[in-house]
Amino acid sequence: MSAETQTTAGEPEQQAPEPSRSRQVLREIAESSSMVVFMAIVASMIIGGVLIILADEAVQESAAYFFSRPGDTFAAIGDALGAAYSAMFNGAVLNLQAESFAAMIKPFTQTLTMATPLIFAGLGLGIGFRAGLFNIGAQGQILMGATFGAYIGFAFSLPWGLHLLLAVLGCALGGALWGFIPGVLKARTGAHEVIVTIMLNYVALYLVAWLLSLEAFQREGSDNPISPLVAETAQYPQILGVQFNLHLGFLLALACAWGVWWLMERSTLGFRLRAVGANPSAARTAGMSIGAATIITMVIAGALAGLAGSAPVLGTQKYLTDAVAGSIGFDAITVALLGRSRPLGIVLAAILFGGLQASGPSLQVNAGLPVDIVVVIQALIVLFIAAPPLVRWMFRLPSPAHEKEVAA
Amino acid sequence: MTATVADAPAAAASNAPIPPKKFGPAIALGVIALLSLVIFGLGTASGASTTFVIARPTDFFKIPSFTLPSQLAAILLSVVGLALAGWTAYRANQRRKVGLWVPVVYGMAIMGALLTWAGAGRDATSIQLTGLLTSSLFLAVPLVFGALAGTLCERSGIINIAIEGQLLAGAFLAALVASMVGNPYVGLIAAPIAGALVGLVLAIFATKYWVNQIVVGVVLNMLVLGLTSFFFSTVMTENGDLNQPLGMPKLAIPLLSKIPVLGPVLFNQNLLVYILYVVVAVLQIMLFRSRWGLRVRAVGEHPKAADTVGIQVNRTRVRNTVLGGAIAGLGGAFFTVASGLAFGKEMTAGKGYIALAAMILGRWSPRGALAAALLFGFADALRAQLGAIGSPIPSQFLAMFPYIATIFAVAGLVGHARPPASEGIPYKK
Repeated sequence: MSAETQTTAGEPEQQAPEPSRSRQVLREIAESSSMVVFMAIVASMIIGGVLIILADEAVQESAAYFFSRPGDTFAAIGDALGAAYSAMFNGAVLNLQAESFAAMIKPFTQTLTMATPLIFAGLGLGIGFRAGLFNIGAQGQILMGATFGAYIGFAFSLPWGLHLLLAVLGCALGGALWGFIPGVLKARTGAHEVIVTIMLNYVALYLVAWLLSLEAFQREGSDNPISPLVAETAQYPQILGVQFNLHLGFLLALACAWGVWWLMERSTLGFRLRAVGANPSAARTAGMSIGAATIITMVIAGALAGLAGSAPVLGTQKYLTDAVAGSIGFDAITVALLGRSRPLGIVLAAILFGGLQASGPSLQVNAGLPVDIVVVIQALIVLFIAAPPLVRWMFRLPSPAHEKEVAA
Repeated sequence: MTATVADAPAAAASNAPIPPKKFGPAIALGVIALLSLVIFGLGTASGASTTFVIARPTDFFKIPSFTLPSQLAAILLSVVGLALAGWTAYRANQRRKVGLWVPVVYGMAIMGALLTWAGAGRDATSIQLTGLLTSSLFLAVPLVFGALAGTLCERSGIINIAIEGQLLAGAFLAALVASMVGNPYVGLIAAPIAGALVGLVLAIFATKYWVNQIVVGVVLNMLVLGLTSFFFSTVMTENGDLNQPLGMPKLAIPLLSKIPVLGPVLFNQNLLVYILYVVVAVLQIMLFRSRWGLRVRAVGEHPKAADTVGIQVNRTRVRNTVLGGAIAGLGGAFFTVASGLAFGKEMTAGKGYIALAAMILGRWSPRGALAAALLFGFADALRAQLGAIGSPIPSQFLAMFPYIATIFAVAGLVGHARPPASEGIPYKK
């Protein structure tokens, strides 16, 4: 821990002489004060480490006789932390104990696989944030997308290519529908989208639970609420061969990231959405329709979240359950916040959080730690990033000339 | 769910000299009553009958159970609902409010029709009214505490999405401390502390760092979930003594608990429920009848004006958020010590969000929060009872009810929900 704090102390000087950059995207990254982001991650890792130490049995036992032999306690602390962080690295980046090259890089492909739904959903939420809408409903949109996509996937038999295309479109449609409802309610009645989307998450959950109790969605010969397997023609092909889980959905997610960048930065529609988000009154005065912008934003955001639902049902899990969305919807909020709602930032943030999640099994097996520690670290990172002054105060960083407004 | 005439800001926004006639509530009530008439009334086989049981074997006064002809009863109750919808429309035409009795009677009529329909022709089973009401109240407990927490925070201008996290933190610490001491009542002291800590973090981020309050709320929920699950899987699992199921006995109040129906429902509960009555009453009076309440509401509606007359805006907000967190934390004790359960991962299971819904449906007042939470508790208890007697309605649809009701409420289709004007906006001097 002390080593980490020392390295950080030297870095403010490196940040200072940065000249102004011409490229928009690069400037965004710099202005999001990458220093704060980096420090927030470091701080969260440190706090995560403290929790690991607190919960470690060997540390607790040796701490009982701390004053007679403090060395034991420090050794136990070192062991606990070493085991945890090496398990994380082995589980998310490179497996150094592996014999073959394929097994060695498998963790990183797993990270990218886990990042895929987070990229999709994070992009959707990011568009919402930039248009001034706080969409908490990704969870429900993912579920509905997954339901539509899975149904097309297992109920029909269609030729290769076409089947996958229709299933993917089905996912987008399901999510878009679930995004349209809060959008139209906000535009027509002013109902606050935060409340409506939270409530729709639960409506979607129970709707899917009900659907899975119907014969049309039930797997034959199973009493559990799970759907049949999605037909092979509708599954995402595995792009690195069968020994890796990484599927075509990842490339589609990257393509969507580019598409969202183009939409928001280069198109008239994107300009309108951003204008409405930045200053609704000014946008209205300029003749833009706030209601239309709201509906369009929510539909696009919902469609992207719905595509996030395609990652489990068409890519990894390949069938529908009511738990298919996991916690992707809420994780995606943290991804969008960490990525400052910009496509490149979201892709990087999704890979970071995908890595944290991919390291879960390894943490469990190699370090005996529950996966929940990952959730804690993830939440801490976002909490710190949301409050740059706090991070600057913690690490005694200089404050910038002008403060940028945090998300939404 | 009373139908109020549009509040001043809404009227100003539409620039109309006279507030427009609002028929939305009347139409919604009418449609639901009509559905009730068709499904529950005409959908019941004629000749079938429904048995309602009121008394329980342990009751002091024995009220005989009664049996009604199902179809006639369901039709009559639906017609009562239709009449009330008509009354609402008539009042709306005159731009006048309807009293609180309208939605209450309406709700009872439709629920009665539903119960009659569900119990029709099932001679072996009967509808246990007292049991239904008792479990409604009990299931509503965390919702009421959560909704009160939300009300306190939002009245001062802080959006509290972290109710879920506060409930979970309260449930966790209550179980931990109660197990360590071996006394469930100590858990009731520990639970508010956990909730208050979550509230404090929310307040600091919202008032000192001006972070978007929804962001902080969502992230705090994740953080508490992660922390409690982590300690549950490590410390509590390694050492089972730290997480024991401890129950609080029911305390029957002498005399009052002997009243038929209401007695066992209201006055034969455990300590947490009695605390609930006190907290609701105190907050209702304090928020709307005391100087403190006036100041809190001023801070939530117009912080600048409040500041001008010398009220410390941010200090008020921090205090309210911490107090709100403490109340939600106390509600969290429901899940563990008050229910006689050990702590479990994610055991609040979204109740914090239903509490948020109850707060909105209750229009940011303690009394309303209580009513809305009871309604949701009733829906939950009904789900259990209908599941037991084998109802034709899929239980998932009953589970959806609170959420859909809230969407209707915020969309203004039923009544008009207006939050405090300055909620979510950081006050920067």
